[in-house]
Amino acid sequence: MKTTKLIQVGRRLAQALPSVFGVIVISFVLTRALPGDPAVYFAGDMADKDSIEQVRRALGLDRSWVEQFVIYVGNLANGDWGMSLSTGRPVTEELLNRLPASLELTLIGLGLAIAVAVPLGVMAATRQNSWVDHLCRLLVTAGVSLPTFFTGLLLVYVFYYLLGWSPSPLGRLDILYLPPPQVTGFYTIDSLFAGDRETFIASVVQLILPAATLALFALAPIARMTRAAMLGALASDFVRTARANGLSRRVVLSTYAFRNAALPVLTTLGMVFSFLLGANVLVERVFSWPGIGSFAIEALVASDYAAVQGFVLAMALLFVCVNLAIDIILTLTDPRVGLDD
Amino acid sequence: MQRYLRHFRYVMGENPVTVFAFALFTFIIFLAAFGPWITPYDPVATNAANTLQPPSWEHLFGTDHLGRDVLSRVIAATRLDLGIAISAVALSFFVGSALGCSAGFWGGWTDRIVGRLSDTIMAFPLFVLAMGIVAALGNTVENIIYATAIINLPFYARVARAETSVRRNAGYVYAARLSGSGDVRILATQVFPNILPPMMVQISLNMGWAILNAAGLSFIGLGVRPPDAEWGIMVAEGANYIVSGEWWLTIFPGAALKLAVSCFNLLGDGLRDLVDPLRRT
Amino acid sequence: MVPSPFLDIKGLSVEFRTRNGVVRAIENVNLELAKGEVLGIVGESGSGKSVTAYTVIGLLDDAGAPAAGSATFDGISVTDADESTLRDLRGREISMIFQNPRAALNPIRRVGQQIEDVLLCHGRATRQTARIKAIEMLEKVKIVEPEMRYSSYPFELSGGMCQRVMIAIALACDPRLLIADEPTTGLDVTTQKATMDLVRDLTQERNMAVVLITHDLGMAAAYCDRIVVMEKGVVVETAPVAELFSNPQHTYTKKLIAGSPGPHSTLAELAPETPTPTGATVPPGPSAKLPERGMRGGENILEVFNLVKEFPIQQTAGRHWPWRKASQPDRSFRAVDDISFSLKRGESLGLVGESGCGKSTTSSIITRLMDPTSGDIIFDGRNITAFRAQTFAQRPERKEIQMVFQDPTDSLNPRYSAYDSIAEPLKRLTGLRDRGLIRENVEALAERVGLPEALLSRFPHQLSGGQKARVGIARAIAVNPKLLILDEPTSALDVSVQALVLQLLDRLKHELGMSYMFVSHDLNVVRLLCERVVVMNRGKIVEQGAADEILRSPSDPYTQALVAAVPHFEPQSQNRPNAAN
Repeated sequence: MKTTKLIQVGRRLAQALPSVFGVIVISFVLTRALPGDPAVYFAGDMADKDSIEQVRRALGLDRSWVEQFVIYVGNLANGDWGMSLSTGRPVTEELLNRLPASLELTLIGLGLAIAVAVPLGVMAATRQNSWVDHLCRLLVTAGVSLPTFFTGLLLVYVFYYLLGWSPSPLGRLDILYLPPPQVTGFYTIDSLFAGDRETFIASVVQLILPAATLALFALAPIARMTRAAMLGALASDFVRTARANGLSRRVVLSTYAFRNAALPVLTTLGMVFSFLLGANVLVERVFSWPGIGSFAIEALVASDYAAVQGFVLAMALLFVCVNLAIDIILTLTDPRVGLDD
Repeated sequence: MQRYLRHFRYVMGENPVTVFAFALFTFIIFLAAFGPWITPYDPVATNAANTLQPPSWEHLFGTDHLGRDVLSRVIAATRLDLGIAISAVALSFFVGSALGCSAGFWGGWTDRIVGRLSDTIMAFPLFVLAMGIVAALGNTVENIIYATAIINLPFYARVARAETSVRRNAGYVYAARLSGSGDVRILATQVFPNILPPMMVQISLNMGWAILNAAGLSFIGLGVRPPDAEWGIMVAEGANYIVSGEWWLTIFPGAALKLAVSCFNLLGDGLRDLVDPLRRT
Repeated sequence: MVPSPFLDIKGLSVEFRTRNGVVRAIENVNLELAKGEVLGIVGESGSGKSVTAYTVIGLLDDAGAPAAGSATFDGISVTDADESTLRDLRGREISMIFQNPRAALNPIRRVGQQIEDVLLCHGRATRQTARIKAIEMLEKVKIVEPEMRYSSYPFELSGGMCQRVMIAIALACDPRLLIADEPTTGLDVTTQKATMDLVRDLTQERNMAVVLITHDLGMAAAYCDRIVVMEKGVVVETAPVAELFSNPQHTYTKKLIAGSPGPHSTLAELAPETPTPTGATVPPGPSAKLPERGMRGGENILEVFNLVKEFPIQQTAGRHWPWRKASQPDRSFRAVDDISFSLKRGESLGLVGESGCGKSTTSSIITRLMDPTSGDIIFDGRNITAFRAQTFAQRPERKEIQMVFQDPTDSLNPRYSAYDSIAEPLKRLTGLRDRGLIRENVEALAERVGLPEALLSRFPHQLSGGQKARVGIARAIAVNPKLLILDEPTSALDVSVQALVLQLLDRLKHELGMSYMFVSHDLNVVRLLCERVVVMNRGKIVEQGAADEILRSPSDPYTQALVAAVPHFEPQSQNRPNAAN
C-alpha cells in the first residue's frame, strides 16, 4: 500500500510541471505584450540608445520567438529576473527581501480565518437554525461581498481613529523598535528566538489589524464550505448507518462526518489562498506593509516592468507550490485518490 | 409569457430577500442609466473653498479633498463600475461557455486544450494576473475589461464543461439522436437550455466579483484615472484622509460598492429559482 | 399465557412538516412481531413502509415525528425514549441494513475498522480484541480472505460484498431485531439471492426477529413468515404468507399479487381490472397484422452476425507520453464477444442477462447509437453497420429503428413539455412542418398510449412515473418504426404501473405491426411479452430459443442459476421450518 501512495505523490509532482511550464509561458507572453519596443520599457526612462541596445541583445529581441523563450527560461533559472529600475537592485533580491513580510501576514491571516471559520461552520451544521447557524450564514453573505481594502480602512477608522486601540497603520513595527536579528524574516518568530519579548509584542500588535482584514476576507468561503461539507456529510448514507448502529455522537461527528467533510474544505483552501495572495496586495497598500505587494504597487506606478512581472511570476510559482502541497496532503489522506488514475 | 409571469410572482412571494435584491438591482441599473442626469452637482467640478466638508444637507455625502460632491461622484461611478463589470462578464461568458460546452460535449483534444488553458490561467492568483495583464497591455479602462474577462474565463469554461459533460450521456440526448438530430443541434437545442440555470447563477455571482476586481485594480492605481469617478479610486483617494477622521470620502463609495456586490450575490440565488424548471409549479 | 409481542406497534401515526404544511406519512399502523419471526412489509413507493421502520429505530428525519400511537420494543417504548436510550438500543438490540450498500459505508475508513467502531461503542470488545472479532464477523458473512479484506476500503469491494460488510456491522453486537430496508436493491439477481440467503441463515442461527421491507412481493414470500401490505401510509392487510397468496382480502393486495409476474402468470392476469381498449385480450404471439410495407430481406427483420464490441481499458500514468507507445499495447475489454442471432418480423425477442453481460451495449449498437468493433447487422435486408453511428441520424433508416429507454425521467428533456418531446421526432424525421398536422399527430399518439390530452402541456417533473413512460413510448412510436428496442422499460416503475405499461406495449405491437427486442434482467417480464429469448453472460450468448422452454427448463447452467435465483411464492413448499415458535 505504501509504495502506491509514493507513486501517487510522485505523479502529483509530475502533474505540477505542466502548470509551472504554463505559468512561465504566460509570463513570457506578458513581457512581450507591451505595446511598442520592450527593450525601451526594460531599459527605463533614463536610458540612452546604447543601453537600450544592450538590453535588446540581452533579451534576444532580435532573434526568433523560440530562442527568446529559451533565453528567458535560462535567465529565470539562473536567478536573473531583471533589474528593478526604481531601486537599482536585482528583482530577485528585492522579492526575496520582502517575501517574509508578506508571508508572515498571509499565513497569520489564514491561520486566524481557519481557526474561526472551521469551528463556526461545524457548529452551524450541527446546530441547524440556531443562532450559530444564522450568524454563520450572515457572516458568509456579508463576507463574500466585502471589498478587502474597504474592510481594512474601516477597521483602521474604528480601531485606530475612533477607539484608539490599535497603533497607527504604518508598517511592521513602530519606529521605536528595531527589527530582531534575521533568522526566518518573520518578526514574530525571530523576536522569540532572540528572547526579545517587547519586540515580539510590538510586532504582534502591528499585525493584528492587517491580519484581521485578511482573515475576514478568507472567513466567508471557508465557513461556507465547512458548513456545506458538514451538512452533506451529516445527511449522507454512511452517517445514517453509523447512527443506526448506535455509535456515539462524538464518534459520528468526528470520525465519520468531519473527516469526510475535511476533504472538500482542504480543496477550498487552495482557492482561498489564491484570493488571499491578491487581497494581500490591497492590504499591504492600506497598512503600508513593506511586503512584495507594496513593492509591486510601487513598481507599477514607476513603470518598472521587470519588477512587476517578476512579482507576478513569483506569486504564481508560490501558488503552484501551495496547490501542490494541498494536493499531496489530499493524496496521502484520501484513499480514493488515484481511483481514476 | 403568461406562465413566466405567474412563476415570477410565485418565486417573489416565496422569497422576500430575492425581492429586495431585485429591487436593489433595478435601482442600481436606473442609477447607471440615468446617473449623469440626476446628480445634484457635477461630479468633476472642483471647489477649492469647499473641501473636506462633512455630510450636511447641501452635500448629503460631504465633499472630498478637491471640493467635489461625494454623492454625485458615487452616483456617477455606478455607470462606470457597472459598465466595466457587464462588459467583462459578457465577454467571459460567451467565450467561456462556448469553449466549455465544446470541451464537455466532444471531449478528446478539445477538452484537453480547453482544460490546459483553464488550468494555466487558474495557476495564477487571479488578481495578480489581472495586475500583470494591465501592466503589460497598458493602463486603460479597456484593458481592465480584457484583464477581468480573461481571469473570469476559467469559471465559465469549467461550469459549462462540467454541466455539459454530465448531460452528454443523458437519455434525452440519445433520444434526440434517435429523432434525427445531429451533434451541434443537440448541443444547442437540448443541452444548452438545461445548463442555463447554473450558468445564470455563475453570471450573477461573477458580476459581483468582477466589480470587486475592477475596484481593486483602480484602488492600486490601474485603469481609471482621475478625475473620473469610480468607487475604487474614490476609496483610494479617501484612504489618506480616513486616518485623520474624514471618513465620508471612503465610507460612502465603499458602502456603495459593498451594496452593489451583495445585490448581485443575492440575485444569483433568486435567478436560479426563477429559471430552473424543477421549481415551476 | 400469550407472551406480549417482541415488537409492538399500536396505532402509530407519523407526521412530517413540509413546505406545504403537515403531511401524514403513516396513519394508524398496527403491527406485531414475535421473537424469531420474519415479517415482511410490502408496498410500493410512498406506502410508508420505510417510515415505519425508521420510527422503530428512531432515525426519522428532523422534520418527522410520531403524532399518535406507540411503538414498543421488548417493553421499552421507542417513541417516547430519549436519544441516549435509543443510541444504546441501536446496534446492540435493534440494527438496520440499508439499500445501496456502498454508499452506506464510510468511504474513507477501512471496513474492518467500521466493524470495530460498533464493537467498541457497545463495549463488546476491547482495543486488543476488536480486530480479531471484526475478522471473525467478516468470516461469518462469508467474505473470502477476511484478514486481507479487513483493510479494504468500500470502493475496493463489489456491491454484494459491501452489503455483507453492512450485515457484519449490523450483527456484530448480536442484536435481537434486524430491520432490512430493501437490502437487495441495485444488486444482481444472483447476488440478491446470496445476500438474502445469508441474512436468513445468520438470523435463524441467532433466533433473531427480522423485519424485511421490500417492494418485491416474491422476495417477501420466499423469506418471510408473515406479510404486512401497506398502501399510501395505511396497513391494508396482514396475513401469513400462504394465506395471503391463496386468499387475499383487500383489492390492493390482489392487485399487487397479480401485478408481480411469476413463472406461471399471463399478461392478461397482470392487471385484471383494466379493460383493454379493443375489449379482447390478445395472447402473446407474432403480430397478426403486418402493414404493407416493403418486405425486403425475407422473414427476418433483423440479423446480427458475429458482433464484437471492445472497449479499451485506460492506461494509467504516461498515457499521453509519446515514448511509451511501443512497449505497452492498450488492453481492451470485450463487452460483446462474437454474438449472432436473428429476429423475425412481428416477433418479440428477449435479450436477457445480469448487469455487465453486454445486453445494453448490444442494444445500443443495434439502435446505431454506437459503432461495433466488428460484425454486421442486417436490418430489413440492408447492412446498417456500413453507416457510422455519427451520421446515422441523417439516414432514412433512422426512423425505422426506435427505442424506449429504461429511465423515463432521464430520457425526457426536463425543459421540454410532453408535447415537445413527442413532437420532436415528427419534426426531425418526417419533415412535417405544419403546426396543425403535428398537433393532430401528437394528440393521436397520446390517445393511443393512454395519455390524457391535458397532460401534454406538462413537464416531466409534473408527471408520474407511469405517465412519463407513456410519453417515452409515444415518442418512440411517433414515426412508425418497424423495430422497437425496449431497454428495461418497466424496471424503474412501480409494480402496479408496470403491469399496465406491459399490457400497453403488447397491444401496440399488435396494432402497429412492430417487431420488438426486449432487453431485461427480469425473466418473468420477458416471458410475458416474448416468444423467443437470448440469454447473455459476459458478452457471449449462452442459450437461445423459445422463451417458455428456456425459462421453464433451461439447459445451460448459467441460465439455470438465473432462473433459480428469481424469488417467488411457491404455494407447496414451506421454506421456513417452524417459524412461529
